[in-house]
Parts: sequence; C-alpha cells; structure tokens
Amino acid sequence: MVNLEIDRVSVRFALKGATVEAVNDVSLRIRPGECVALVGESGCGKTVLASALLGFLPGNAETSGSARLGDVDLLAASDHELATTIRGRQIGLIPQSPASHLTPVRTARSQLEEAARVLGGDALQAAERAGLLPEHLDRYPHELSGGMAQRVANALALVGDPWLLIADEPTTGLDRDLVDGLLDEFRRLVDDGHAVLLITHDLAAAHRIADRIAVMYAGRIVEVGPAHEVLDNAKHPYSRGLANALPERDFLPIPGQPPLLTDLPAGCAFAPRCEQATAICEDRPVLTDDPHAVACHRPC
Amino acid sequence: MLTANGVTAGYREPVITDVSLTVQPGRTVGLAGPSGSGKSTLARVLALLHKPFGGTVEIDGETVTGFRFQAVQRTRIGVLFQQPRLSVDPRFTLRQAIAEPLKNQDRVEELASLVMLTDDLLGRRPHEVSDGQLQRACLARALALNPRYLICDEMTTMLDASTTAALVGVIRAYQRESNAGVLAISHDATLLTRWADETVRLSAPRPR
Ligand SMILES: Nc1ncnc2c1ncn2[C@@H]1O[C@H](COP(=O)(O)OP(=O)(O)OP(=O)(O)O)[C@@H](O)[C@H]1O
Ligand code: SF4
Ligand SMILES: [Mg+2]
Repeated sequence: MVNLEIDRVSVRFALKGATVEAVNDVSLRIRPGECVALVGESGCGKTVLASALLGFLPGNAETSGSARLGDVDLLAASDHELATTIRGRQIGLIPQSPASHLTPVRTARSQLEEAARVLGGDALQAAERAGLLPEHLDRYPHELSGGMAQRVANALALVGDPWLLIADEPTTGLDRDLVDGLLDEFRRLVDDGHAVLLITHDLAAAHRIADRIAVMYAGRIVEVGPAHEVLDNAKHPYSRGLANALPERDFLPIPGQPPLLTDLPAGCAFAPRCEQATAICEDRPVLTDDPHAVACHRPC
Repeated sequence: MLTANGVTAGYREPVITDVSLTVQPGRTVGLAGPSGSGKSTLARVLALLHKPFGGTVEIDGETVTGFRFQAVQRTRIGVLFQQPRLSVDPRFTLRQAIAEPLKNQDRVEELASLVMLTDDLLGRRPHEVSDGQLQRACLARALALNPRYLICDEMTTMLDASTTAALVGVIRAYQRESNAGVLAISHDATLLTRWADETVRLSAPRPR
C-alpha cells in the first residue's frame, strides 16, 4: 500500500469561446489507513477531480500537475494501464448517480458476478458488505429504489478489494440507517489499512468518518484539516457559512451563488459573497502549509 | 386539503397498503421512512402521476378520478424530484425549462429571480449548470402555475447545506404568500424536524 499524492492538479475544459476551470491547483495526500472527505457544493469540481484520477475525463479536458500512486502517475498513465492495473484493483470508484451507471438489461447479480470474475473477488460477500439482501440481486436496475441502486454500486466497487476507495456522493438517497451502515463499512476498511476519499456535500457524513476534511470552493481547496476542527472551528468564511447552514445549526444560506468556472475572479473567488472581504482579497490567497490549512487573507 | 384516503399502490405488487395522509393548506408535512418503504410511490400517487390500486386522492374536496394523462387537476400540484437531471429536457435552456408550463413568457424573469437564477444561468443548458442550479430551475418551474400543493421528493438530497437552506427558504416564502401546502419527503430527520410542521413515517417494507 502506498500514498496517493495529488500535486498541483488543474483540469480545464475547452468549450466554444470559453474555458471551464474546473479544478485549480489542488494538492492533497491520502495515506493508507486514512479517510479524507472532500466537501463543497455541487458543481465545485469534486467529481471532475475524481474522474481525472481514474482517467474518465472527456476528450476536451486538459490536465496539469500529477497524481502519483507509487510509481504510477495517474494523469500520465495510458487508458490500458489504468484499465488493467488501477481501476477496480487499486482504486475502486463508487460513481455519482449509480442508477444511471448500472446496465439496464442485466440484473444486479449478473453485473456483480461479472465484476467478481474479472477482478477476482466474491460477489455475494461484496453484496452483503454493501447491505444487499439476496432477493434484491435478481432485480433489474429500474426495479430498484434509489437506495438499493446505490448499494449495488457500492458492492461493485468493493468486489475487487481495492486499497483506495473513491466514493462520489455514496450516501445520496440512502436513509440514515443505510448511511450509517455504509459509513461504518468505510470506517472498517480504513481501520484495516485501506484509504477512502469520500466526496460529499453531506457535512454530517464527512464529520462522522473522516480523519481530515478538505473544503473545495470554485475548484480550489480553501481549507483542509482535522475533521472536527474544520467543522466546529472553521477558519475560512465559506467553510463557516456551510457549517452554519446545516439544519441543526442556523439553517441559513450563504448569500449569493458560486462564481462561474468560466469566469473566475483573479483574486479570492469567494470575495463577492464574503462579509470579511477587503481590498487585499483582490490578490489570490494561498493555502497555508500547516495541519489545519486555510486559503484566506482574513481567516475567522 | 390534499388527502390520500386508504391508498394502496405499487407496481407488480403493492408497496404501500391502506395509507392515509393529509396536507393542510399553508402547512408542511414531512414524510419519512426507510428506503423502499414507498415514499416516492405515495408522492407519485399524490402528484397524480401514478394510479393507485385502491383508495382515493382528494384535492380541496374534489375526489380525483383520472391519473397521469387523464388528471385534470394536475396543475394544482407542483412536484420536485431528487434528480433534477432526469426531469429536465437536456435540449432546453433553463429559461425554456421554466417557461415550459407557461402560456406566455412574462413570468419567467419573476420566477427566476424568486429562485435566484441570473440571466447568464438562464441561457445555459442542463449539462452546463450544477445540480443545485438545475434544482433551482425545477423549483421555479414547479411554482410557475401557482400550485396549491407542492410535493418535494428528496428535493435536497443532492444539494449542499447552503443550497438546501436557500431552496427551503424560497418554498417557505411562496407558502406565506400563497398559503400552499407542502409534502416534504426526506431521509434526513434533522432536516424534517427543522422544515416540517409535523412528520409522518411509513414503516419498513414487508419482505417479499
Ligand atoms: N417501476 C418499478 N417497477 C417495479 N418495482 C418498483 C418500481 N419502482 C419502485 N419499485 C419498488 O417499489 C418499492 C418502493 O419503492 P419507492 O421508490 O416508492 O421507495 P422509497 O421509499 O421512495 O425508497 P428510497 O428511500 O430508497 O427512495 C421498492 O421495493 C422498489 O424496488
Ligand atoms: S480572502 Fe478575503 S474574500 Fe476571500 S474568504 Fe478570505 S476574507 Fe473573504
Ligand atoms: Mg424515493
């Protein structure tokens, strides 16, 4: 088992007459035996980062930086190398909106059994770990409720026993008991020495199992640190606003909306929504280099 | 009042049996229950999108006689689903999506400002916006015909805390002005405690 070292990764998409700056200069290390949660609102670049790590970006994407897994740079590796040595074997991906990733004409069982054959794993054991009952397995994807489809996707990612699991919004549509069950399963994997990168907008889920939380805003990591510190003692005004918007706290939105990734301001991207902004915020703040890091000129 | 009276509904077999529930004008009823307990099925019956095997739906004293394409009262009920991507035609701009139920375009700007969508976003297509922005457009569309009742099936599950709080705020403002009733379905008990006036629970599905 090795670290995943994400170093200054940026991802851009070329559109007609515009460039989408989806991921900007992201650095993050994930170690075996650690769960890192990447949180932020939808559209802030979380899924694009995950896709970049697995070579799932569309043709108009351009990447820079590196993501090293041992001696492999995931951003430079060929699709063949990713397919035969990385995906499913070293890195398992639980995709977002799993229902749309399942093959509609095949039952859950047949999809799981095929994955088990290709990757060498145990289909039934993976199903059980994901909380599926044997009778669910003979259903076709359209006959599964949202929660069941999620569990089938989770089982598919676990079947090859990868050491790093990237879970993109795995708790969406699950009820609390299932969320808790799934998070406990992730925690067990982490305690066994696996690593989990949990991509989520669900701060409560992040708080429950993550060792560290990284907060992403407009494609950049604006704060990263120990989970409870980031949630209860946020330094970045955006992280603070997000935590305060929770229904168990103020339940009040952060005013305004995130900037367009085609038209990012030169300075701090949060400035138009930030009560603390002053003239210095026209210069882009740099992420500090300490265990609880923040990119803000006037941290809370 | 929007009422389900002894509704039994499902697909090959019933998933909900003899369920009754009432949403009063101006009130918000939460609907909770484990995965597969039939929350979405009940939501679809109350939105007149799914014909029940038995029982009746009443809207403001009228018993509904036709479901799906035969539902004459459908415009009185607005619906929002978990996955905005599945409910918007990918070829439409957000402006067109909001205007879909409207006979003329006059109210698009007003509806868009209600959900805080800017002009630039209105010109984009679904794949060019985030889930949160698309869900804002779906909410504007759901409010376009001034529904008496709004059914939100896991409307916020894909959304971050700030966007969730913002959309619930928009719905509450609409309710204050229109006295509409809301059925809010969610797995998030904390959210329902904060959002709904009362919460009804469906029990776990019978094993079959
Ligand atoms: N089109 C369909 N055909 C057959 N069975 C279906 C169909 N849609 C749903 N079901 C089944 O009906 C039951 C209830 O589904 P429903 O979607 O109402 O549950 P739910 O309470 O909304 O669950 P979740 O919380 O997971 O969204 C489930 O067992 C599901 O598999
Ligand atoms: S850098 Fe300035 S604008 Fe940006 S979050 Fe900090 S205080 Fe606010
Ligand atoms: Mg549902």
